[in-house]
Amino acid sequence: MPNRISQSTILLPSAPSILAYAAVAGKKEGEGPLREEFDLICDDTTFGEKTWEKAEMRMQMDAESRVLKKADLRPSDIDVVFAGDLLNQCISSAYSLRGLQIPYIGLYGACSTMAESLMLSSMFVDAGLANRAMAVTSSHFCTAERQFRFPLEYGGQRTPTAQWTATAAGSLIVGAHGEAPFVRGVCVGKIGDLGIKDLNNMGAAMAPAAADTLQTFLKDTKTSPQDYDRIFTGDLGQVGSDLLYELLSREGIDIKDRHDDCGLLLYDRETQDVHAGGSGCGCSAGVLCSHILKLVKNGTYENVLFMATGALMSPTSVQQGESIPGIAHLVHISRKGE
Amino acid sequence: MNIREERIVSQKKLTEQEYEQLNKKASPNTKSYITIPSAFLIGGFICLIGQALTNFYISLGVVKDEASALTSISLIFLSALLTGLNVYDNIAKVGGAGTLVPITGFANAVVSPALEFKTEGLVLGLGAKMFIIAGPVIVYGTLASVVYGVIYYLIQLFIK
Amino acid sequence: MDMLLDYGKAFLVGGLLCAIGQVLIDYTKLTPARILVSYVVAGVILGGIGVYKPLVEFAGAGATVPLTGFGYLLAKGVKEAVTSQGLLGVMTGGLTAAAAGIAAAIVFGFLTALFFRSGDKS
Repeated sequence: MPNRISQSTILLPSAPSILAYAAVAGKKEGEGPLREEFDLICDDTTFGEKTWEKAEMRMQMDAESRVLKKADLRPSDIDVVFAGDLLNQCISSAYSLRGLQIPYIGLYGACSTMAESLMLSSMFVDAGLANRAMAVTSSHFCTAERQFRFPLEYGGQRTPTAQWTATAAGSLIVGAHGEAPFVRGVCVGKIGDLGIKDLNNMGAAMAPAAADTLQTFLKDTKTSPQDYDRIFTGDLGQVGSDLLYELLSREGIDIKDRHDDCGLLLYDRETQDVHAGGSGCGCSAGVLCSHILKLVKNGTYENVLFMATGALMSPTSVQQGESIPGIAHLVHISRKGE
Repeated sequence: MNIREERIVSQKKLTEQEYEQLNKKASPNTKSYITIPSAFLIGGFICLIGQALTNFYISLGVVKDEASALTSISLIFLSALLTGLNVYDNIAKVGGAGTLVPITGFANAVVSPALEFKTEGLVLGLGAKMFIIAGPVIVYGTLASVVYGVIYYLIQLFIK
Repeated sequence: MDMLLDYGKAFLVGGLLCAIGQVLIDYTKLTPARILVSYVVAGVILGGIGVYKPLVEFAGAGATVPLTGFGYLLAKGVKEAVTSQGLLGVMTGGLTAAAAGIAAAIVFGFLTALFFRSGDKS
């Protein structure tokens, strides 16, 4: 049974196992530093579909069928699926799961959705509410761009702090019994907002929430950054990462030597013109379900913290001049089950 | 305590103003020594093409005002074509205001949503969303011209 | 030689108007859409007080191609219509003068949307 040790932090004594994981990436992501690690790279980002929304749905379906195949399971073996994406009403998830007939819970956590869905899957399994739970999220540059920003062919310039929405999907299955990696604990984030209004600087909007969640988890578990081999943040990008260091250093916490950001891992910023780094729920999902889990599984890392961050604004709230609320959910992933 | 104050306290007394300072320090600046000259060059070049078109139409015997209108139409056509061929946004990435301010930028702002939202239908997509970016230009341009027209009309009345 | 001078002036003035736009993008919080609106309104005002006309005579396309030229066209149209039609011209003048540009944008926008589709960015 889950063991709540504070308002935010919940330990999972049964250490649910991540049975399988899969990541699908688009062309640009497939040209980045992680190109060898994805299960599938689709050079045609339309995925052969007529609309961008269908393309994203197809990409998510690919991620779902691949993870089921890798785990050697059928959809009926999964008790619940937690899924989300960036689109209004989470349509990519709803449509991609239409055919699988798995009990479905849709999530919106913006770019934090992968951590949110992994967290809930693990809690469900640990509490005995599900034997196996699936977590899947995706984002597509083109669908996000046309919903949140401008038409794709509109000639606009990005500011240096802007982040690039990743075209990628990640999926994983959490089970009660299995091998490493194991989920040991989670920290549910609180909304953080220090008044950033610039849609082109989401890293800065999310950094306060990230600092708060990490600090809370370390305090609650009485651990320090040195207890973890690596701390991965979702997609703060360069600006958000620098601000996270600054905010943490005020609390006497230094993570610089063991921190990586999914938004910075996914692309080569020197050659790929993504400005401050990647973003979108596919970004942390793609990196987690290829790079991070593999490194835990093969023993490179014993203990990692995966903390995906999300910017929870909408085009309407931004136009009305509201600042951007940020969120960060943390999941402790370990090679050891106890 | 109101909601806003509570929010700030939860962030360990770091105020929004202090955070904005930190944000400014962490955010890289736009490289204006590149963007401004390239806007000048690319914008200037588009106007130069416009001049060449005007001269061409005048050489065909068209009067000056009509040559100017034909030039606008030609530039709008070229911009629409380049937008359709997925080229204009790539020029704009370098050109910045150089591709925004000329009439070609206005055309791109009309064509790109038409192209983008046709998946939502010819009427509610293409038709309704064509002016989501460029609409304000026509709205406020027309309003300004009407205000000017009223003033000009009153001046005429009193001078007579 | 005169022709060359024409080109030079169009390039210089057009380029400068764009460079001002870039300064606004880089150093103010004005979004591109707001900058376009400002340019058109500025064009109407400058055209109305008679400043823009000499610039058009000097720089040709360098002054008419940027969106300030669109504003100038609106002002010019209203002025002519008020002179010929009186009060009715207040309403008809601006859009009549701008009709070519707006209709061209609609027609070519429609045709482009029919024949092409938007592509992914890199």
